[in-house]
Amino acid sequence: MSYKIKFKGPESLSGKEFTYCPGCHHGIVHRLVAEVIDELGIREKTLMVAPVGCSVFAYEFFDVDGTVAPHGRAPAVATGMKRAMPENVVFTYQGDGDLAAIGTAEILHAANRGEKITTIFINNAIYGMTGGQMAPTTLLGMKTTTSPYGRSAENEGYPLHMAELLSNLPGVAYLARTKVNKPQDVLKTKKMIKKAFLAQIEGKGFGMVEVLSTCPTNWGIPPVEANKWLEENMVPEYPLGVYVDKVGDEK
Amino acid sequence: MEYKNKVEIDQERCKGCGLCIDACPTGTLGFSEGFNAKGYHPAAVVNPEKCIGCGFCYQMCPDVCITVSTLEKAKA
Repeated sequence: MSYKIKFKGPESLSGKEFTYCPGCHHGIVHRLVAEVIDELGIREKTLMVAPVGCSVFAYEFFDVDGTVAPHGRAPAVATGMKRAMPENVVFTYQGDGDLAAIGTAEILHAANRGEKITTIFINNAIYGMTGGQMAPTTLLGMKTTTSPYGRSAENEGYPLHMAELLSNLPGVAYLARTKVNKPQDVLKTKKMIKKAFLAQIEGKGFGMVEVLSTCPTNWGIPPVEANKWLEENMVPEYPLGVYVDKVGDEK
Repeated sequence: MEYKNKVEIDQERCKGCGLCIDACPTGTLGFSEGFNAKGYHPAAVVNPEKCIGCGFCYQMCPDVCITVSTLEKAKA
């Protein structure tokens, strides 16, 4: 009688310790992306573009070739990489400060051109690395260091819904919003990430998965409570689901 | 004592966020009383006999420090 390993970290992660705070969902999503790369067997031809933000060192954690783009410009850099090397698989990994604030133009036009790249979008409704400033995705009434009385629609506008915004563009082949605060959701998210990669591999167009995520440090609540806070506050504001699916189900 | 399922936690990698403990449906996991080198109370297997090998702890661990294995029946 011997033990057989059932769940073990994926090979596409370099094994380096993550630099994220305890309970940060970045780690879960990193693992899911690496598992998908393992399953599709594309590690040797995958290129990644890391963003600016907490996940700026993401290229260190993945065992794939990668680079860092200037703030918000990951989809533009990925466009160049994909067009120069169309046989490679290119994905960007971006946070909400990167993708929804400074990089809105890049993501919008990359999606509109139907670039065959995949974007993993982490939405935690706050700027993490710089110390908890208000992001475009911050919820109304949410307190951050730059909206200390809570975000008001009159002053700071409304939360930006990237998935809904991009779902109108014809170049998008796969688009979904999901969360990873429960084990069941983690498994669902993995399937969605896989489809976003398949959209690229099958040449159908742009794929993006928006993952609602926690930031216990800057929200100021412990990790387990942050998971509940996400469920109670972020999910009603950002409806989950698949917005565009031109990939279809696996046979 | 050999149990049917086994959870191993890399306690030096663990940051003590407690997401695995929250996700475990059977109360197999708990916080360790000791500290690791980073100064966190890492997660520890407190009731190894309760593990059902569902892998929920592995799914939720943000630092990929959990390995779950199960006993394989010897081939006749």
